[in-house]
Amino acid sequence: MSLLLLLAGLVAHSFSQRSASLETVTRIAGMVGRLQLTDLCLFTEASYTRHLAMTDLSTPFQDSPFSFEHFPTGALVAPPPHLGRSNGRLN
Amino acid sequence: MAGSIERQRHILDFTLAALLRRKAKNGALLTVYTLIIFILSSVLFFGHALRQQAQGMLRETPEIIVQRTLSGRYHTIPLSYADAIKEIRGVSSVEPRLWGYHYDGNSMANYTIVVPVEDAPPEGSIDIGSGISKVRLANERDVMGFNGFDGTPHGFTIRKVISSESQLVSADLILMSERDYRAFSGIPANHAIDLVLKVRNPKEYTTIAEKITRLLPDTRPIIRNEIQRTYNAVFSWRSGVVLVIFSAAALAFAIFAWDKASGLSAEERREIGILKAVGWETSDVLFMKFWEGVAVSLTAYLAGVSLAYLHVFFTSSCLFTPLLKGWSTLYPEFKLMPSISFGQLTATFLLTVVPYVITTILPSWRAATIDPDAVMR
Amino acid sequence: MIRSRDVSKIFNAGRPNEFRALDGVSVDIDLKDVTILKGPSGSGKTTLLGILGCMARPTSGRIFLGDTEITSLPERFLTGIRLKTFGFIFQQFNLIKGITALENVMIPAFPTGEKHAPLKRRALETLDMFNMLHKAEAKIEWLSGGEAQRVAIARALINRPKIIIADEPTAHLDTRLSHEFMEIMRTLKAEGKAIILASHDPIVYDSDLGDRIIEMRDGLLVEGSSTV
Repeated sequence: MSLLLLLAGLVAHSFSQRSASLETVTRIAGMVGRLQLTDLCLFTEASYTRHLAMTDLSTPFQDSPFSFEHFPTGALVAPPPHLGRSNGRLN
Repeated sequence: MAGSIERQRHILDFTLAALLRRKAKNGALLTVYTLIIFILSSVLFFGHALRQQAQGMLRETPEIIVQRTLSGRYHTIPLSYADAIKEIRGVSSVEPRLWGYHYDGNSMANYTIVVPVEDAPPEGSIDIGSGISKVRLANERDVMGFNGFDGTPHGFTIRKVISSESQLVSADLILMSERDYRAFSGIPANHAIDLVLKVRNPKEYTTIAEKITRLLPDTRPIIRNEIQRTYNAVFSWRSGVVLVIFSAAALAFAIFAWDKASGLSAEERREIGILKAVGWETSDVLFMKFWEGVAVSLTAYLAGVSLAYLHVFFTSSCLFTPLLKGWSTLYPEFKLMPSISFGQLTATFLLTVVPYVITTILPSWRAATIDPDAVMR
Repeated sequence: MIRSRDVSKIFNAGRPNEFRALDGVSVDIDLKDVTILKGPSGSGKTTLLGILGCMARPTSGRIFLGDTEITSLPERFLTGIRLKTFGFIFQQFNLIKGITALENVMIPAFPTGEKHAPLKRRALETLDMFNMLHKAEAKIEWLSGGEAQRVAIARALINRPKIIIADEPTAHLDTRLSHEFMEIMRTLKAEGKAIILASHDPIVYDSDLGDRIIEMRDGLLVEGSSTV
């Protein structure tokens, strides 16, 4: 059926884009290295949504860990795993 | 029975004709089902592609970053700490990093200012990200003004707009020289925001991080793979919004299934009776129901997944944009590289097509096994 | 030859609404004849037809088709035999609504896996036999009573069965159509088919078509039912 062909076509499309995508990603990775960036620019609402990897413990949980999320996109990302290590002390 | 392929074809033809007979009802069913699969697949595709891309782009992120905390909050770090850290075995270099946020009241947008270590703009100039260029309608050679930490206005000429190809990392960036930034931000002369370490042996990251913490208890080292792992959780099923979407989809599906499972209409039962009376076996009837289930759910699956692919990779997830924007006024276009996970495709298939086919066959089981002579009464 | 030996059929056995439709019926049906089962409603004619035609199993007793005992054959063999040997014409016609006459005629042949093109041709030929070719693509709902009956008969013939079974065929037909039906049966008999009819309509059981009349009442054969 035509739908099956369509899906197959799209799958093929994704594979065909691979090498071009890899080049672009490599270029961007280079830029990340040069500028020493740590985060993707996805959600610029607040500091802790913009720099997920850099945020400290208190900023996202300003009132309390159980209070509602202040910024809508905060609901889209879980806090980074390394946040659980309080202030850098490793287990 | 002879010619079983032909037999299946006949049953399939009959089933399709039967589905077309009740166009409106089956059409509505198909549409809703396709929609559910579309939303589900879109979320899955988006999350997967984004995570994949993040992994690729953050390959060269700094090996170790050392932050300093003061009363639980992120604070500037004295440059003297760098001297102490340089002594640790395995650390090949320690450099200060200067960056921060700036809120632009006029456009209600947050910018990120970064001082690059190489090819920094000359004093009085800045490079801006493509997102800023769009929001402020600013281009090369334009002058942008910001108020510094002490309220003093600063004007900068735009040297270059960073290509939008890299907007997923650079859309909101302002690149500035160190002197300009220190004057602008008020960061004390002997402090930096954090320190960037280069390490000789990647296997040593954790050990070095431990040493730093012991040496300087008010610091928090973050290592490269932690930074990278942060983005594994983006749009994953654990994030609140995605969980809500999935639950809604599951609920809708459950309603469907319940509706089907609660039994056949009298009309359908009569038809099955007639088929049995004219010589169809129970297995023929069940195959008919099987094909009915497959026809609807497979079509919905193929259509839903294809549409999801087109949605995410050709329209940059236009339907999700309000969700992804939140309150930000500056946001990148989510032009993701097409990438699919066969695991996800298979899982979606198993979770949508298979249960539907089962809920189509099961209620018909009893009707299919009636004695044909019941029809004669 | 179809033979039944001491066949009984009880519905809802053991429950308050237990009903004995057939009580120890033994009968030999000669396949060269037109056999007519005569009797009022509730006499067990329909039940006996069903059992003879491999559509239902007796509660007790045995059935033989030729030399083969078919009483306890598994369902799929029974269905296979029924498909190839018998053609049923139901009292209510039992045509599937929403599809065309042609499709209705073809349906009984689907499980045989016959290829579509020859099947369709044969179906059209059969409809032509009853002057229904022009209505082949018409939806069932649009057909008149007589036309529907003819489609039902055509459907019964699609698998080229040896035996035609008709249950109260004239119940929903007026006199003219009833006679028309009997004429069609005459043609089929001339083609060498065996026919078993159940009816309490005099047009059927008084016609000269019947070679043998079996009278039934309350699930039993009436003693001394005659051969014409």
